[in-house]
Amino acid sequence: MRLQDILLALLIGLGLWHALVILTDAPHFILPSPRRVAQAAYNSRVILLENAWVTMIEVGLGLVIGSLLGVVTAIQLAMSKTAERLMLPILVFTQAVPVFALAPLLTLWFGYGMGSKIIMAVLIIYFPVTSAFHDGLTRIDSGYRDLSVSMGAGKWTFMRHVQIPNALPSLGSGLRLAAVCAPIGAVIGEWVGASKGLGYLMLLANGRAKIDLMFASLIVLACLTVILHIGVGMLATRLTRFTQGTCGNRKT
Amino acid sequence: MTLSPGITLKGQHRLEGHVLFDADLHIPGGQWTCLLGRSGVGKSTVLRLILGLETGGEFQGSFAATDGSPLAGRISYMAQSDLLLPWLSVLDNICIGARLRGEPSDTDAARAMLHRVGLAAHAHQKPATLSGGMRQRAALARTLFEDRAIVLLDEPFSALDAGTRADMQELAAEVLQGRTVLLVTHDPAEAARLAHQITVMSAQATQNWPTPQTSALRQINAPETLACQAALLEYLRGASV
Repeated sequence: MRLQDILLALLIGLGLWHALVILTDAPHFILPSPRRVAQAAYNSRVILLENAWVTMIEVGLGLVIGSLLGVVTAIQLAMSKTAERLMLPILVFTQAVPVFALAPLLTLWFGYGMGSKIIMAVLIIYFPVTSAFHDGLTRIDSGYRDLSVSMGAGKWTFMRHVQIPNALPSLGSGLRLAAVCAPIGAVIGEWVGASKGLGYLMLLANGRAKIDLMFASLIVLACLTVILHIGVGMLATRLTRFTQGTCGNRKT
Repeated sequence: MTLSPGITLKGQHRLEGHVLFDADLHIPGGQWTCLLGRSGVGKSTVLRLILGLETGGEFQGSFAATDGSPLAGRISYMAQSDLLLPWLSVLDNICIGARLRGEPSDTDAARAMLHRVGLAAHAHQKPATLSGGMRQRAALARTLFEDRAIVLLDEPFSALDAGTRADMQELAAEVLQGRTVLLVTHDPAEAARLAHQITVMSAQATQNWPTPQTSALRQINAPETLACQAALLEYLRGASV
């Protein structure tokens, strides 16, 4: 994505939004104009930044903890056929329970602070990361396995030197998905019960009919998600290039 | 390296109830044996059996080294695909065996090995930057670096262009001299050049084919090499009908 393409898309989006406001003649408490939202964002910049920071911490910690748990689980599953046989159906079954439905319970158990939101984010990204990485660990060229066996490799050394590096692009795909899902988990948690964060601010603004501030919070949240997506996307690309051995080398 | 033992294999391999092959193989120690036969006859399965790998079937019989010691830990393997790990440098790929066994690797010896196969200048490059021939040379260096008495080669040169293949055959013959080599190949010319013993395999039996009187490695255009190649090709064509 080039910067000029992003700016052009942004301008088109703003233009369409503005046109919609004019064409529908909607009152500002239903659909505020981009200008009005920008004004509200500027006036409430301190409160927006404070709450964005809280959400960012929740999402960041959720992403790190959820990814680490996902990586460890995937390695365990890939190393033990018994664990794979027993754990995979349980993991799939737990995914049948909507994580959003657990939000009130998590708030009850872990309180109104950041803890319950971080756990929401962890729960929502744990499965995509585990699933993608496990898939990468087990989907390996059988030739590597044969060669390693002929060399007298141990289970763990094969995992460490072959399976894990080989599965890094799959981990990157899982992380990309996680980067998009993690903010959803944190914001749902904030909606259910919180005193800080962008989700909380959106509900607060909505309750006071400050729809322009609600829109501003939503846009800040979207920007955070996009930045996270780009950052994780860059990391995923690096992981793929590392595995392919194409970092800064030229073919002879 | 200790004296290279021979290998004997006698028995029947069954796949889903059907007999894949019935073999009686005698692979002489310290020499090249080329194993030929039509596709699907079980040549690679023989290699997998000797390597102790999963074959997907059931083998009834026995195989052993002629010196009576276990085969495990005395075999190195090279496949059609180079199987270099793309994220490691060429040098690290050469040492991968030691890493996988959790042993310290002798990088000086690995460098010397790379020098021997003409890749010293590419030690720190990644496999993606090398040509197909260079990658196979690196794979050969990795096989050799394992310093095993028995070397099993599963069509290692079949994906290379004709010129590179001839170069690789010469290099392999030189560096693997004195080891027990079992080469699975589809190429009668390769067998005629390299083999001390040519074994043709079918589902019913294995038979040794007369090799040229001259010693391996033979000239490509030598009359006895060409005659052996032509006769072998003629036989294989007949066998595949």
